Amino acid sequence: MLLSNGLDAVLVIPLVSAVILAFLPGYRSAALVNVLASFLTFLAALTLLWVRPLPGPLLQVDDLNIVFIILNTLVGFTTSVFSATYIAHELETGRLTPTHLRFYHAMYQAMMFAMNLTLVANNTGLMWVAIELATLSTVLMVGMYRTPEALEAAWKYFILGSVGIALALFGTILFYVAAEPVIGQGLDAMTWTILIKRVAEFDPALLNVAFVFLLLGYGTKVGLAPVHAWLPDAHAEGPTPISAVLSGLLLNVALYALLRFKLLMTANTQAIAPGPLMITMGITSLIFAAFMLYRRRDIKRLFAYSSIEHMGIITFAFGMGGPLANFAGLLHMTMHSLTKSAIFFAVGHIAQVKGTQKIADIKGLTVSHPLLGWGLVVGVLAIAGLPPFGVFMSEFLVVSSTFSRQPYLAILLVFGILVAFGALLLRLNSLAFGEPKGSMAPVKASFVPMFVHLALVLTAGLYLPGPLVRWFQHVAQLLA
Amino acid sequence: MEFLSYDVAHMLAGGMVLVSFMLLYQDRMYGLLKVFALHAFVLSLSVAWEALVQDAPHLYITAAIALIVKAIIIPLALRRIVIRLNIHRTVETVAGIGPTMLAGIGLVALSMALMLQVTPGADALSRQDLAFALAVILLGLLMMVSRRNAVGQVIGLMSIENGLILAAAGANGMPLVVEISVAFSVLVAFMVIGIFLFRIRERFDTVDVQALDNFRGDR
Repeated sequence: MLLSNGLDAVLVIPLVSAVILAFLPGYRSAALVNVLASFLTFLAALTLLWVRPLPGPLLQVDDLNIVFIILNTLVGFTTSVFSATYIAHELETGRLTPTHLRFYHAMYQAMMFAMNLTLVANNTGLMWVAIELATLSTVLMVGMYRTPEALEAAWKYFILGSVGIALALFGTILFYVAAEPVIGQGLDAMTWTILIKRVAEFDPALLNVAFVFLLLGYGTKVGLAPVHAWLPDAHAEGPTPISAVLSGLLLNVALYALLRFKLLMTANTQAIAPGPLMITMGITSLIFAAFMLYRRRDIKRLFAYSSIEHMGIITFAFGMGGPLANFAGLLHMTMHSLTKSAIFFAVGHIAQVKGTQKIADIKGLTVSHPLLGWGLVVGVLAIAGLPPFGVFMSEFLVVSSTFSRQPYLAILLVFGILVAFGALLLRLNSLAFGEPKGSMAPVKASFVPMFVHLALVLTAGLYLPGPLVRWFQHVAQLLA
Repeated sequence: MEFLSYDVAHMLAGGMVLVSFMLLYQDRMYGLLKVFALHAFVLSLSVAWEALVQDAPHLYITAAIALIVKAIIIPLALRRIVIRLNIHRTVETVAGIGPTMLAGIGLVALSMALMLQVTPGADALSRQDLAFALAVILLGLLMMVSRRNAVGQVIGLMSIENGLILAAAGANGMPLVVEISVAFSVLVAFMVIGIFLFRIRERFDTVDVQALDNFRGDR
């Protein structure tokens, strides 16, 4: 009964597996269950393409969130495959105990549940609860190694995340206060599908204040510039599979929440346009992160800052609005998720085999570990925005659509992208080439997830299938 | 009756802002916990009054949760932690009391000016509730930035959540889902924090967050 449609399945499967995994001893079977559950969730998400349940008072699937759901479950699945080999190594080296692993796997599925719930929520309050749940479950995982650095990172993430979440809740309450005189009391005044129809009648002044709180609150979770401080620490100190899902998924999920509210704001013509605010935060994040990339000494922090940079570009693109910029934003978000998680897969194995995350202690990877090294080279070239990868295409679209409308902004944008490009190539050069430094031991890793992601990004750069383009264009129209 | 209901609600919500100020200048751990319990107690009174005025029985549940969990259980639990860790003398504030109080007054003025300006359409009761709630939230933020102590930061965070519940209760007929979830999430959050505090103690012999900063890697 419960699994009668894909919508229920993407929620029920992770939830049930989380409970099972919490009681399952033995890390091998747990890792297997984790992979299997993630795979089933992905399949369930795919069925939503064909069979789509009608929107209910609490849950809905529409053309916008289905893109996010499929991306979310896909990367969730590939990361679970990567996590299986990564975790086995952590157990051998004794950094984690079997009890930790039981907790880790249960939390992994709990986090997937929370993220899927955010994406399918048809209610502003439910969405808020789901994001809070996702935050708490990731906090626990970031602090899992219990080193002083990991505790500091988790504490900072927890405090900043909670403050962000609190501001977002205040924004959500204000949105309800604005909706209540028009729609009436009760759940209806918090339901997306009803709000979007009536939002034009809401009091614009109240909406403005609400949006500022929502932008700051959910923006904290997206990792936008003034409120990003938790992000590099959380990426660097937690287990690498978590860094991959943080960058690849959680940031997107928070951005999705912001996009939903942006849709409402643009539907009310008298309220302030949300675009300029998002553009400002986006471009600030991009340029700030681009410069910060030069001073990084820790490989995971390097790529965490690169995530801030790319979330800046994506927020910028959605802030520009219009069919082309929205299309570019969606494409860039997809490409960034796939590429960045692939890079973290590589970085995870690199850090394990070299026993360090310091960039200075890792050299000549293409010589010592050719497969891993070249995988990293391809990934970094892709994320830096070189053709023929998908990231190049989406960045090109963002820049060209900006040039035609706001040339001065485009100059800032290109400047930020170039600065980041230089930093990434500089670091890549010392990481991948030259005399090998550190352990030469062969690496026990599954390269499949990394190469699957990179192959997808490469394919997208060379050729986007017609139906996919039409789909993205359709969604971009919806957002415009 | 109309005037009375408004005045009492006004008094209770204003009382929360006042207690928020008291939180700002507490320099003893026990004092901080007691004032926080008072904060939660005033919140539960305020929510219960809203329940009566709005004729919304579900708000009584919210009030009860605030009273039992936040005014009694959490302060007692934190007190135990403070005793067990022997940190009741720990007083670490960033700035002096004077400047902090002045900043607090500024924040309250700001929230009044902002919220009363943007909500001319809403009814008087939810208007002033929102204004006071924003003041409590901003004062909570101020408290978090002005304390180095982990317990102090946690209490700041929970006072922010109290402000949010005040706002949610003041919004006419806001569905119960949200309020319970807020209470629930605070509970979860508290458990997390509890675990953290113990681990921090294990490693550092202090709950001064400054000690954590020393372990921050390359920023």
